Amino acid sequence: MAQILLSRKAACNTHGQDSSYFLGLQEYENDPYDPKTNPTGIIQMGLAENQLSFDLLESWLQRHPDAAGLRRFGRVVFRELALFQDYHGLPEFKRVSAGFQQHNVRLQALADLMGDLRDNKIEIDPRKLVLTAGATSANEILMFCLAEPGEAFLIPTPYYPGFDRDLKWRTGAEIVPVHCSSSNGFRITRAALEKAYQGARKRNLSVKGVLVTNPSNPLGTTMSRNELGALVDFVVAKDVHLISDEIYSGTTFDSPRFVSVTEAIEGRAHVSDRVHVVYSLSKDLGLPGFRVGAIYSNNEAVVAAATKMSSFGLVSSQTQYLLSALLSDEEFKGNYTGENQKRIKQRHDRLVQGLGRSGISCLKSNAGLFCWVDMRHLLRSNTLEGEMELWREIVYEVGLNISPGSSCHCDEPGWFRVCFANMSAETLDVAMRRLQDFVASGRARDGDSRQRKKPILGKWMLTLSSSDRRSERGC
Amino acid sequence: MVKGAESCVPLSEVATSNTHGEDSPYFAGWKAYDEDPYDAASNPAGVIQMGLAENQVSFDLLEKYLDQHPEASGWGCGISGFRENALFQDYHGLQAFRQEMATFMEQIREGRAKFDPERIVLTAGATAANELLTFILADPGDCLLIPTPYYPGFDRDLRWRTGVRIIPVHCSSSNGFQVTLQALEDAYVKAEGMKIRVRGLLLTNPSNPLGTATTGHVLEEVLDFVTQKDIHLISDEIYSGSVFSSDEFVSVAEIVEARGYKDCDRVHIVYSLSKDLGLPGFRVGAIYSYNDRVVTAARRMSSFTLVSSQTQRMLASMLADREFTETYLKTNRERLKKRHDFITEGLKNAGIECLPGNAGLFCWMNLAPLLEEPTKEGELRLWSLIVHEAKLNISPGSSCHCSEAGWFRVCFANMSQQTLEVALRRIKDFTENMKAKQEK
Repeated sequence: MAQILLSRKAACNTHGQDSSYFLGLQEYENDPYDPKTNPTGIIQMGLAENQLSFDLLESWLQRHPDAAGLRRFGRVVFRELALFQDYHGLPEFKRVSAGFQQHNVRLQALADLMGDLRDNKIEIDPRKLVLTAGATSANEILMFCLAEPGEAFLIPTPYYPGFDRDLKWRTGAEIVPVHCSSSNGFRITRAALEKAYQGARKRNLSVKGVLVTNPSNPLGTTMSRNELGALVDFVVAKDVHLISDEIYSGTTFDSPRFVSVTEAIEGRAHVSDRVHVVYSLSKDLGLPGFRVGAIYSNNEAVVAAATKMSSFGLVSSQTQYLLSALLSDEEFKGNYTGENQKRIKQRHDRLVQGLGRSGISCLKSNAGLFCWVDMRHLLRSNTLEGEMELWREIVYEVGLNISPGSSCHCDEPGWFRVCFANMSAETLDVAMRRLQDFVASGRARDGDSRQRKKPILGKWMLTLSSSDRRSERGC
Repeated sequence: MVKGAESCVPLSEVATSNTHGEDSPYFAGWKAYDEDPYDAASNPAGVIQMGLAENQVSFDLLEKYLDQHPEASGWGCGISGFRENALFQDYHGLQAFRQEMATFMEQIREGRAKFDPERIVLTAGATAANELLTFILADPGDCLLIPTPYYPGFDRDLRWRTGVRIIPVHCSSSNGFQVTLQALEDAYVKAEGMKIRVRGLLLTNPSNPLGTATTGHVLEEVLDFVTQKDIHLISDEIYSGSVFSSDEFVSVAEIVEARGYKDCDRVHIVYSLSKDLGLPGFRVGAIYSYNDRVVTAARRMSSFTLVSSQTQRMLASMLADREFTETYLKTNRERLKKRHDFITEGLKNAGIECLPGNAGLFCWMNLAPLLEEPTKEGELRLWSLIVHEAKLNISPGSSCHCSEAGWFRVCFANMSQQTLEVALRRIKDFTENMKAKQEK
């Protein structure tokens, strides 16, 4: 009997899960490293999670049992929270006046954190904040609001692989890459933007905006005020929108300091309506499971539409309650942010030094939970195939899941994103030793003396043909 | 195109359309309440909210549970589980929680149907579940058939971002608004005439706003119909735990099982804890599909609408307590029935008939005798009087796409007993005044 039809969206693969980015995650799931039980397993370096500062959160929770226990001053406030569905076009939340105040407190707490991360040079107005179930949801909502199906957003490469799904799948929007090159540290140039824009025009694509991630994933670099200014000039000139995904803003660990696009547009006329910021607690606070994302925009129509759309992905009020209590604790917040950044820097430096011992360099970075690593000199051929071959060797032979640049749409082969904040220091050292051995043995270059643990080709074919076995992680 | 204050950067059609449906009277009544909300002490003349289908009658049971089980909302001694929980963003959902959801759904149906946890996809509320299914089962421009009257939120949830249309299946009071084969056929033919491809039928069982459980006989007919037309069936069973007598609820899952799972690739169930457990704020919805491809696609799409892992963990703990859930379901049903009987008695006292109901958090009442003219305009004029003079926010049938004027949905589970008494007194006064005017 013929199978019943599903929609085109369901049947297509714009969910992007066949990419090497996700395949690597699957391979890790099949053979995960554990120092005791599986010391030869694959070490996960493809997941941009922040596990460095949980102890700080845990100790706060222990000192404040009310927050998770859904109590205020010992009294269970369950009822208010259980009923509280964020208002999004409906007067619902004002009904419970205590709930209303709590709603304001929660947004205020998040707004304050965002302000702190911008060195309080900008005041974040909670009325312009829309809460969403993670940045994944925030980015998709903005696309629904700003682009028609078939219209395009320009995105500088390399970019987060998840964007292919998040921005295009259900919205029908297109992504046109803005090609950046190692010749200038992958910085976004006016020429690259212009070239992408004209390219889109030639393909009869209407460009509705530019989306940048700042600090950048996968580069780990922040944009300077000048660069931001030039970017804003471009979107003004073309009369399009600008989305700035600032999800890594709190992971800036070194100078130059993080400058938000909101700071860059201060004092400029006629631009605030077109600039929209995305934030989340998944990276800075390391809480991806709690699904807390936000859109920040000066455009009232966008805030109104996005608020209504957030109905499809609201943040659990139980989680809002816990996090607003946490973030309202000024002492905790100040201490956490500084300590977290210090630890990220230490871990980053450890990775860079470890790579250095293998003769491998990275792009100089000052933010993020990963390094953008230059392995061009290890390629057998300066091609995509060469990169994929090296990647397979690193995943299966060396046992490190790192993300190939091609999965981030980088058009120079040989670059890889390597995460460092999602494992212990000891595991990182193991990873670096393995890499050192691999490079030292010359296996990367030498075609003849390769010793394979498993039949690579067969396994690769198997991997490509299997449907998803486990989760994909938005990272 | 929307012009901003400073620039003219346009937004999308979706952003600027009003398919979000929030301009309907359903929401306008809430505004009236919002501006003048009733409070027994501080605003006794304010508007009483009867347009909100929330379940507040059994909170004490939940609060007592949490009070006695602090470990449910924490992460155990030393908070060792916190880290793992905070990192968990797997779109498969917490295994333990899916397991408990499956068991809870079985409990509601008293074991008459089995649910496989591997077929459950978690979403942030039924709102998201319904939209997700629509994205998966239909393409832009296609349609879903929905029996009227139906939940006003569907206009937004199913149509807004998906571009899918709704063709109503008109039901009539002549048979208690039950779905008939003829009505289904008529709607299908209408869609064909408009050259719109029908992809599925969405049934809410028990019905919102009718407050009635669909009979097994009607479900069989519906399943035969969708099979014959080779379309999908979405059964929104969000009120399944709110049927006053549990044996009066027949789930489509029971029919599927009775048919030996034959041709069940087209059947999908939506559930949520918002109504039965009264937890809309926690955003817990679920899709249960007998179709593997739908489960896979839905899982991936749920990335846009995951349930907080903190919430999954707490509820897994709570639902695992079988004694608690059994007691809760039983007590909740009893209290809802009691409320329902109280309000229908009170309305009868005021000379108002309701559709005989056996489920849900609301009554479907007939105010047609009070209409000046049996039209939508007449209904809205009456509604306006009720909101502004009687100070009661109830939902007019036209906002639910009812094809007969004069029916209204009135909620009874979202307020205290005392407030309900005040509301009934006002209704009585109002109808007496109206009748007096009519007689003049």
